[in-house]
Amino acid sequence: MSRLKRIYDWFELRLQLEGPVGEVVLHKVPRDTASWWYVFGSAAFTLLMLQIVTGILLALVYVPSGAQAWNSLNILNHQIPLGWYLRALHGWGSDFMVAVVFIHMAQVFLFGAYKYPRELTWTVGVFLLLATLGMAFTGQVLRFDQDAYWGLGIGVFIMSRVPWIGGGLVHLLLGGPVIAGATLSRFFTLHVFVIPGTLLLLALVHVWMVIKLGINEWPMPGRLVRRSTYIADYNKLAHEDGIPFVPGAFWKDLIFSGAVVAAVAVCAAVFGPYGPGGQPDPSIIQTVPKPDFPFLWIYAVLSYLPPSMETPFILVAPILMIAGLLAVPFVAGEGEKSWHRRPVAILALASVAVAWAVFTNLATFTPWSPHMNAWSGDTLPVRYLEEATPLVRQGAVIFQAKQCRNCHSVGGHGGQRGPALDDVATRMTVDQLRFKVVSGGGNMPAYGKNLSPPEIEALVSFLETLHPKGQSPAIDAAQQAVENAAASPPGSQGGTP
Amino acid sequence: MSQSDSPNPPSAGTEIKPAGEHTSDQDNPAVVSRRWLLLKAGIALNGLVGVALAVPIFRYLLGPVRRDSYYNSWVSLGAADNFPIGETRLVSYRNPFTRSWDGQTDDIACYVRREGSAQFRVFAINCAHLGCPVRWFPQSQLFMCPCHGGVYYADGSRASGPPERGLFTYTYKIVGGELQIDAGQMPTLSNTAKLVQIATPGKDGDSSCRG
Repeated sequence: MSRLKRIYDWFELRLQLEGPVGEVVLHKVPRDTASWWYVFGSAAFTLLMLQIVTGILLALVYVPSGAQAWNSLNILNHQIPLGWYLRALHGWGSDFMVAVVFIHMAQVFLFGAYKYPRELTWTVGVFLLLATLGMAFTGQVLRFDQDAYWGLGIGVFIMSRVPWIGGGLVHLLLGGPVIAGATLSRFFTLHVFVIPGTLLLLALVHVWMVIKLGINEWPMPGRLVRRSTYIADYNKLAHEDGIPFVPGAFWKDLIFSGAVVAAVAVCAAVFGPYGPGGQPDPSIIQTVPKPDFPFLWIYAVLSYLPPSMETPFILVAPILMIAGLLAVPFVAGEGEKSWHRRPVAILALASVAVAWAVFTNLATFTPWSPHMNAWSGDTLPVRYLEEATPLVRQGAVIFQAKQCRNCHSVGGHGGQRGPALDDVATRMTVDQLRFKVVSGGGNMPAYGKNLSPPEIEALVSFLETLHPKGQSPAIDAAQQAVENAAASPPGSQGGTP
Repeated sequence: MSQSDSPNPPSAGTEIKPAGEHTSDQDNPAVVSRRWLLLKAGIALNGLVGVALAVPIFRYLLGPVRRDSYYNSWVSLGAADNFPIGETRLVSYRNPFTRSWDGQTDDIACYVRREGSAQFRVFAINCAHLGCPVRWFPQSQLFMCPCHGGVYYADGSRASGPPERGLFTYTYKIVGGELQIDAGQMPTLSNTAKLVQIATPGKDGDSSCRG
């Protein structure tokens, strides 16, 4: 007996792992499930491991103190050798993990893998998704820069809308009356102990069930799931036409996981770490806070809600969304698995994906946010001021100086909160322009109290010139008719005033 | 998965099997035996200790949940004469409730608008929508929020955008020529909105930051 074998036997006698491990490794899976479509779950688990390792390494340096956290991140970025790379690995690993978890969920949904008897695997998976998002949010807080500070503020304002106990919840969330050191400490606890512990435990339960119940078979149109026959059918499929999990299916998992970690490593090296942004000093208000990528869609949704919908939506929608996800296997626990015969499922997934993509895309350029520096920074195209009268020029100055530009673009520059004004004169008559400026309406503030009558006159004169060459400004047909009637001899027909 | 179910016993062939069957009536759960009774006593004891420990643990966890009066106190914003009548100024103060490791997070900004010799309005920096810092534009006499585009007039009332109400205001007093505000908490809908009607009846957009 070789020395190695003797050492192996010494450990095996004490650990007795050969039986259970052999069972896991060699358990039969249906031949078709050894597919490239079935690699996302293992990749998510690999990324979780990467996050744990890089997280522990970052904790060697990071200081979870309100006064020092931001400094310690800058020291990681600039002074600790390759500290920037570890931060980048952890940050990109986080983005990849969120993405892979969502892709995994979409694939499981598409393949009907949540149906009997894997309902609980899905339920645990929903909580794994929530835990992953929880890690992403608490991780953003640990960056403890301006985005983290004001992102917490948004969390506070959402919490504060809960009836009766909102105030108490805010104190609990913050660990005190304001966002401060105590807040960072508790988010550190959540990010480093509470959520990862839960995540790891749930992930092990999730994997345990995948092994015990077998990997979902490839969906075939017409092969229906029935509680009475499914387990027998699956065992037949796995044992008569199955292959051992290792190596037949596992090699694809290994290669994909390796590729994903390599992608994280390359992204981290090429793009580097994210932040930290400005220092967490709330008296510096020259900031445009924005959440991290996984939460951009929420940021967009919150900007489009009408005021009356804010509180009900913010409080009810998350509960409905989570309840909806949890309900999936209990509403559709049997029947067809193939996407060829599940049009509603396909439509639902496609709608969610399109909505998510649209909102996320919108949040990358935030058309609803005023451009805070547009009034002082953006230039006016010269062609708008050629042959302009002094009054029109005065109006152009007022247009800039009164921050109109923060919400309205001209010549492609400026805010997008309101409509672009390059051809506003073709849409509105002088009177309509004046009325809109003075009394506002819709999403526009009323400027009546903030502009003097001469200023309004100059501004409207400038706006009146904003129309494409060869296209005349809008006119009030009725007013013209009245003027014509006044000019023409009495008795002729004209408009009424 | 118990060892006895294992299909491949270890090659060493010396597996130590734990006793798998009831060895006596005393291990039968249906029989009220001394050992079952003691097991139940053990569970009961642990349950009791657990409950006894849960009380202080929850009290500790709920530690930050305090009455507003615990956190709030009067903070000076400097001499009232520093604020010209008719203008809105950005000032910051040190939050009265601090920990030594808070760093700069306790430097809270607010806007002071002086409307008369003794009339002030002190606005919280936080947009009433989701708390982002609003910016004052004296030229157009508007507050604008960079996050979701909430806009407020000079008096703090809502002009446009997603907020449901005007800016939060602090209660203030003038003591010995000094402007003082009742501050200490991040103003939110839960600790200020409930006082809207009481503080200034019928006036939207004006309430106290004091809960």
